[in-house]
Amino acid sequence: MSQVELITDRRRFLLGGGLVVGFTFVALKAHAQRVVGPRGPQPVSNEEIAVVSGEGFNGFAPDAFIRISPRDEIALIVPNVECGQGVYTGESMLIAEELEVDLDQVRVLPAPPNEKLYKQPLLQFQGTGGSTSIRGAWEPLRKAGAVARTVLISAAARRWKVDAAECTAQRGHVRHEASGRELSYGQLVQDASSLPLPKEVQLKNPNAFRLIGKNLQRVDTPSKTNGTARYGIDIVVPGMKIAAVANCPVLGGQLVRVDEHNVRERPGVLDVIQLPDAVAVIGEHYWAAQSALQSLHPVWDGGPNEHMSSATLRADLERASREGKGAVATQEGNYSAAFQRASSRVEAQYIQPFLCHAPMEPQAAVVHVKDGGAEIWCGTQVPTRAQAGAAKVLGVSLEKVVLHGQLIGGAFGRKLETDYVEQAVAIASRCPYPVKMIWSREQDTQHDNYRPMYVDRLSAGLDEKGLPIAWRHRVTGASVTARYAPAGMRPNGVDPDAVEEAEDPVYGKFPHMLVDFVQWQPPRGLVVSWWRGVGPTHSVFVVESFVDELAHAAKRDPYQYRRDLLANQPRALAVLDEAARAAEWGKPLPEGVGRGIIVQKSFGSYISVVVEAGVGRGGEVSLRRIVAAVDCGMTVNPNLIKQQVEGGILFGLSAALYNEVTFVGGRVQQANFNDYRMLRLNETPPTQVIHLPTSHPPGGIGETGTTAAAPALANALFAATGVRLRELPVARQLAARAAT
Amino acid sequence: MRVRLQVNGQPREVDVPPDMPLLWVLRDVLGLTGTKYGCGIAQCGACTVHLDGRAVRSCVLPISAVGNAAVVTIEAVGESTTGAAVQRAWLQLEVIQCGYCQSGQIMSATALLAKNPAPSDAEINSAMSGNICRCATYPRIRDAIKHAAGMPSPSLTSTHR
Repeated sequence: MSQVELITDRRRFLLGGGLVVGFTFVALKAHAQRVVGPRGPQPVSNEEIAVVSGEGFNGFAPDAFIRISPRDEIALIVPNVECGQGVYTGESMLIAEELEVDLDQVRVLPAPPNEKLYKQPLLQFQGTGGSTSIRGAWEPLRKAGAVARTVLISAAARRWKVDAAECTAQRGHVRHEASGRELSYGQLVQDASSLPLPKEVQLKNPNAFRLIGKNLQRVDTPSKTNGTARYGIDIVVPGMKIAAVANCPVLGGQLVRVDEHNVRERPGVLDVIQLPDAVAVIGEHYWAAQSALQSLHPVWDGGPNEHMSSATLRADLERASREGKGAVATQEGNYSAAFQRASSRVEAQYIQPFLCHAPMEPQAAVVHVKDGGAEIWCGTQVPTRAQAGAAKVLGVSLEKVVLHGQLIGGAFGRKLETDYVEQAVAIASRCPYPVKMIWSREQDTQHDNYRPMYVDRLSAGLDEKGLPIAWRHRVTGASVTARYAPAGMRPNGVDPDAVEEAEDPVYGKFPHMLVDFVQWQPPRGLVVSWWRGVGPTHSVFVVESFVDELAHAAKRDPYQYRRDLLANQPRALAVLDEAARAAEWGKPLPEGVGRGIIVQKSFGSYISVVVEAGVGRGGEVSLRRIVAAVDCGMTVNPNLIKQQVEGGILFGLSAALYNEVTFVGGRVQQANFNDYRMLRLNETPPTQVIHLPTSHPPGGIGETGTTAAAPALANALFAATGVRLRELPVARQLAARAAT
Repeated sequence: MRVRLQVNGQPREVDVPPDMPLLWVLRDVLGLTGTKYGCGIAQCGACTVHLDGRAVRSCVLPISAVGNAAVVTIEAVGESTTGAAVQRAWLQLEVIQCGYCQSGQIMSATALLAKNPAPSDAEINSAMSGNICRCATYPRIRDAIKHAAGMPSPSLTSTHR
């Protein structure tokens, strides 16, 4: 749709009914010509971006988040992307609360790429990650709603010539109680648009919240029960063809040659596209493309990584941990002296594997390269980064790339990367038609950007009561921050992500403490990235396992031991006590079954988790029960919190039990769900989440459960077997132990 | 090869290779994208559809093997009483997070309840263990199946609604 058509459309509408066209209709009309089937989340064209941005929108557009048309169509443009965490609902509730509308009156639109308007305040770029969405949006989005509501009330008061203080707003209407007069927001948009925005507004007292704190139904889920929700992989545009891709199986390797002629003649095959490190077959449908790809037999040059294996990587990492120079993250007192004079000493080394994200939706993107630019439909956690990546591939300026963000079928950090978007653009740039690139599950597993492998070495000196007075922790691993956001590195070389929750444990700093970081450089082509729970997922496993070891060394109950360490941490102590109580801590269990407890404060939320698990004769683990108590401060939607904690813990347990990505000859050995095992429903125990709201500012919740999972499991297995598992995943070790 | 199909009560005819899995016929030829691709080897269940009421993995079912069987996908499962009850329970218990696997979960759950209106925990485990959910909505899936069946659902004490 061109700009001219949009204007014509609007003028016609103006003439017809004295009203301007609603943006929803504009979006739908444009959409209907391009996309087959029922509508999902709205794709956004250049013109629609202008409407969403408020420029040329003939209605009330006070800011980047709220659009009200004269026909009472209310759109809320949410800054963060929906990948299952419920942010469309949570962020809409923040705006709607202060705007005085209900969720059944609004339409939720995804924010287009626009760093200026939608920069995430905590991340400092437009992105969804690090459990920052609600923490960042809590003030700005409520304020946006309050500003809009204040102006709409002023507009009504002026029209009625009454004091604004005599007017109230409710369900999208302003009412003057004394005279019984009422106007809808739509009736006020022209007046409101001419009024200045107030600089200061009064936010509601939490006692007056109507929506915040309630279990409102999610706005994104009805379409997810009947097949109408659209993810990036579902987008269909006219004339579109499908690309199946094979990346060089050795990470970092190159394509040498491919004999195309034996597949070009196959029915349904349109083209073969060679890239420096991959080959794609374009077909009329995925099956034509994928089956042709499988008979292509490309010749690859693996390069130096042909000698890379998990064994060499591990040895290299362990050597770096022993011999590398650490950058100091935190230093308190005099660790060495305190360690020397301690009553007893404990030392341990922990190892955690590379992990892939394995979202249910494999990487996919639809790209149409045309008119010196590109139009892209895909799920991404980083719309501006994806737009920039695409522009770079094409050698064009940013505004030549239009990106329509879609629902994401599981992100977990995978879609903070833009490699799949850039590859789809590279393929589509060689095609005269739009292309949907779909990675097979095998490609998705073997060409991920992996959670780094870590080696952690700790030692502690205990006083005569068994409490730590000296604490030493060295973190060694590849730095995600150095690769992804180098400006985030500390000047001395510490990756703040890698040491989060290690340098500042939930217990507070120990009297004599030294935590440092050794940055290990992975081989070129082995790319490390963010994985749900980021740094804390790694650090909390180590810290909470080690504290359990200290409790054991001190011959103390691990729950009571933690209580002593948390004497000055009331929020942590409260969740710890609640989880222990609900899990019936101390109640006798059958032989071979144990409980493990942990407590943490990552992402500004406090959580304690108790896992009850047993180990069979063959070393197989059975999960029997999970209890969590969580305090994430002020609550937007309790149901969303419980969903994230339930799912987050089980997601973490899946990895802790089964998952590791290993390499032989530079190739990832795992390929699909048959060898990268996922937790399933039949393995899932009763899961109880107790939510303890407090009046603290909201904490993050999307990753809190995941971070808590592995140490709670490892501590439970220690209680069950007396064996301390210092490496993840645990299932392989237990099976090996049972076999000997 | 020209193939005649019954999809969601409608006769359809497609011209595709005989070994093409039903999944890709549904998605890329018929435009029914509610059925999802997850693994391609019948390991995850995202592609589950009904074939004469049975839950099958459409990613490994060659189109030539479908024959006269009635194919029902997520787009039409709500037309049956059981399917509609399952969809309703999924919303009432707020099962869904990212939602990508939920088409398959709902199809598996509906096939189970259509045959067995009051399944035991073991029967639920057995019917649902072929469907992976990376958001791990499993406790609520179990609960929602019982809810749809009109059974008490004590497994999830984490209250919602």
